[in-house]
Amino acid sequence: MPKKYAIHTKNANPRFPPVGKYATVEFREDCAGCCSACVKKKCVYGIFKENFLHWSSMQEPEYLYICKGCYRCVQDCTKGIFSMSINPEYRALGDEYWDPDIISSTWAQAHTGRIPVSGAGYRGPFVGQGFDSIWTDMSEIVRPTRDGIHGREYINTTVELSRRPTRLKFNQDMSLAMDLPPILEVPLPVLFQKPEFGVLGEGVLLSVLKAAAAMGSLMFLKPEDYSPAVAQYRESIVPCLTAQDYSEHADMIRNSRMVELAYGPSIEREYSRLRSIKPGLAIAVGMPLDAATADRALALAQTDVDTIHLYGSSHGREVDSNAPRYMKDMIRQVHLKLLQGRVRDKINLVFSGGMAMAEHMAKSLICGADAVAVDVILLVALECRLCYRCKENKPCPVKLEEVPPEWGAQRILNLVSSWRNQLIEVMGAFGIREARRVRGETGRSLWFEDLEKENFGPLFGIRKVAGIG
Amino acid sequence: MVVQQRIHYGQASRLPEIVETPSRYRNPIGKYIVRRSSRCTSCGRCAKLCPYGVHVRYEGYSQPLRPRSDRCIGTKCEANKFFCVRNCPQQALSVGINPIMETLGDYRWTPEMIVGHWYMAETGNLPVVDLEYSLGFSGGGFDKMRFRIPDKKDYVDIPDVEIDTSIDLNRRDDGRPQRTLSLPCYSGGMSFGSTALSVIVGRARAAKRLNTLTSTGEGGYPLEFVPYRNSVITQIATGLFGVREETIQYAPVVEFKYAQGAKPGLGGHLLGDKVTPEVARMRETVVGSALFSPFPFHSVYSVEDHKKHIDWVKEINPLALVSVKVSTPTDADMVAVGSYYAGAHIVHFDGCYGGTGAAPDIAKKNIAMPIEYAIPKVHRFLIAEGLRNKVCLMASGGVRNAMDVAKAIALGADGCVIGTADLIALECVRCANCESGRGCPRGIATTDPELGCMLTEEWVEQRLVNMYMAWRKQWCELLRQFGMKSMRDLVGRSDLLVHLDYLDEDERRKYTPAPKPGAAL
Repeated sequence: MPKKYAIHTKNANPRFPPVGKYATVEFREDCAGCCSACVKKKCVYGIFKENFLHWSSMQEPEYLYICKGCYRCVQDCTKGIFSMSINPEYRALGDEYWDPDIISSTWAQAHTGRIPVSGAGYRGPFVGQGFDSIWTDMSEIVRPTRDGIHGREYINTTVELSRRPTRLKFNQDMSLAMDLPPILEVPLPVLFQKPEFGVLGEGVLLSVLKAAAAMGSLMFLKPEDYSPAVAQYRESIVPCLTAQDYSEHADMIRNSRMVELAYGPSIEREYSRLRSIKPGLAIAVGMPLDAATADRALALAQTDVDTIHLYGSSHGREVDSNAPRYMKDMIRQVHLKLLQGRVRDKINLVFSGGMAMAEHMAKSLICGADAVAVDVILLVALECRLCYRCKENKPCPVKLEEVPPEWGAQRILNLVSSWRNQLIEVMGAFGIREARRVRGETGRSLWFEDLEKENFGPLFGIRKVAGIG
Repeated sequence: MVVQQRIHYGQASRLPEIVETPSRYRNPIGKYIVRRSSRCTSCGRCAKLCPYGVHVRYEGYSQPLRPRSDRCIGTKCEANKFFCVRNCPQQALSVGINPIMETLGDYRWTPEMIVGHWYMAETGNLPVVDLEYSLGFSGGGFDKMRFRIPDKKDYVDIPDVEIDTSIDLNRRDDGRPQRTLSLPCYSGGMSFGSTALSVIVGRARAAKRLNTLTSTGEGGYPLEFVPYRNSVITQIATGLFGVREETIQYAPVVEFKYAQGAKPGLGGHLLGDKVTPEVARMRETVVGSALFSPFPFHSVYSVEDHKKHIDWVKEINPLALVSVKVSTPTDADMVAVGSYYAGAHIVHFDGCYGGTGAAPDIAKKNIAMPIEYAIPKVHRFLIAEGLRNKVCLMASGGVRNAMDVAKAIALGADGCVIGTADLIALECVRCANCESGRGCPRGIATTDPELGCMLTEEWVEQRLVNMYMAWRKQWCELLRQFGMKSMRDLVGRSDLLVHLDYLDEDERRKYTPAPKPGAAL
């Protein structure tokens, strides 16, 4: 058995007090002054220990990151002077897609490296849009086990980014009669790319690159983002070039394992020239995830490309459309087109845009991706609140421009480790030991539309409400 | 062989007594908040007028007590002559929505559903406050289903005591005892370790009084269960914690837990902080060391292996019925049939939105299907296979209230297994911190030496009895409306259900719309 892959996590404390969900409100004019029996002293989580300054300066309400909302102070106070509210700052985090719960959970994962575990049942809606309309399957008995993460079995999350020959040729003596293309693998189906917005100083880039190097992943990066410090991590960088400018970056290409070319007509003509700069170079082609993507991907798959990188919107949708489809539908469309064209096994598909949770990665694979590339979530790991002030050139409330690369890299490693462990949980449940085998495995998933039709259709007839209702 | 007699609430004497069991807390939370300003002169008029006991004033006290806001029926009281706000000579009183409601609950357990269940557990009655305690904000499943508007001429005017809410657990006709529960539900497994001893023993006491069952979960069999053993299911889960010959022999029903809805395919998980010396002793493990139950049973890789295990249990305890608890994969229907042929009396499906003491969030949200889909799927398949009348089909996982139970039964289940509602009755606020550190700060899901002693068995028992008796009132009224005298008549009557998304606009307007969440969600 090969050595187990592991991402080493350790606590990376937040630099700024994270925005907490709850705020306690006190009506102090009614306080009985029974300080020795004050409920604040009995708090199980000790949230008031650090808050004595609030008392002295009479600030209120107190926004409490670590308050768990147990209501004991509210319900036990002698005079009932406590109430609780949702911190308005918490509500203002992010937007409709990047909601406060996603941001808060990401902070906790980046802080500790632990997967989110909680008690009680699921607290959310029955079903949601996009990926939230898919459940993953499991099996009761005849399946491998998640004991993999505890030492018994090996669940492999490695995926390939290099193309695969569809057949092998042998000589009479059974030796290979063909050259095999070099293999480019990453140990988990997560790649990085630079977000479209944000305070993206060198500290942030170095944090991501350092994490990519430590975990064996890659980051897509444009040449203008290179600096001497960044170039130290060239092995972990996929330079994003164009047919017009790649010849100016021969050094960059020689030092990289993979290069991404922006899609353009007859882009395949450039492959041989690229590979003449570095033989065996893996080549990706990047293109927007729009209505023409599936056809373009099919045509590209006939060429000698290794990976197609499809860029969706930061909110997990198709781009350049008045009625943008969800990422899950776009992945299905491209994947199925290549399957119908009988070329799916030749190449790899990397999807990016709106990958906000570990389940998005797992469900992307189920829909047909080989890997995902993440961007905005990297900023969130570095404490970004997605306030979008940077878009208006206003100062960043968490000073992303001052991120120390060591700290930032650890936050990202923690987050990715948590994502990987969550992927293993899901794979263990549905019983697949290889991330590569998850690709397109919709048989291990349950889709809202199908479940409604199969189970409610016979009872209630035809559904009259479109979508999830 | 002793065959138990069928017992149900056809006899008034069997109904357990409801006893008012107030909140453990000084400041119970209600939907409305009543404020008394400093203008109050303690004249006592409000205390005399309010029939709900909001205003408490003891003679000889210079000041009235703080209003019991949780008892206030709110603004609808304006229509009453005794409305305190209007009657206060000093205009010292005001009533409004309690702002804390915004922070309580979630999509599935809404603030009003939680507060409504607290009221039921306290009083044994359905709330008089205008609370929506039967529908959540989830926007699907049970929350989109309604019972058809009944025809008034179908109504049967009979008292609750004449309505049968019982279910039979043994339909195999295999010579083993019949076990008839007086309610169409029993309490799901909660282990010692995940939950305080007083809670699990209190549940067992309530189960005995209600003539139903509770389950050990997989944390072993505390000796405190022994006096109530005829009401306690012994669970055999993959960790086999505390499973011994005598604990199997104690049990009227032995439950094989293959999977749990909140973490299908993952096995149990008790974080190290909750493995106290007592828990470790019970489970024969190491203090402070996290306990992972494997998944699946490593000795079960086929229906034949499964049968072998059931045979062992039947051999050890010739009087026990066997339940198989599974989650809801896409082939749930095949699992049910396989379980029946392996010898199970009860097949228990636990849907993906079920409760837990600890589970990865990714599992709770995403793995396996909601129970609302699994019930009709399995029910139909069992009918097609000619097995529906030979097995008891129990459903759980997101079955929150009495109407969810009724809907599950109309979809095809014989009854439901309840977990979270039990804890809500004990004043759980669903803060979801059962798994961490010392466990539940409210003393429910914890074995911490200090926190685990916050509840008494008696209090737990009576709160549960009260809640289930309130549920029973809801079921009786539902059955009366459809001209039924027994819960058994409701099984599989999906024709009595509608789903809002499958109705035309005009038809949909006739039913209570799906509640919308507040801004906090």
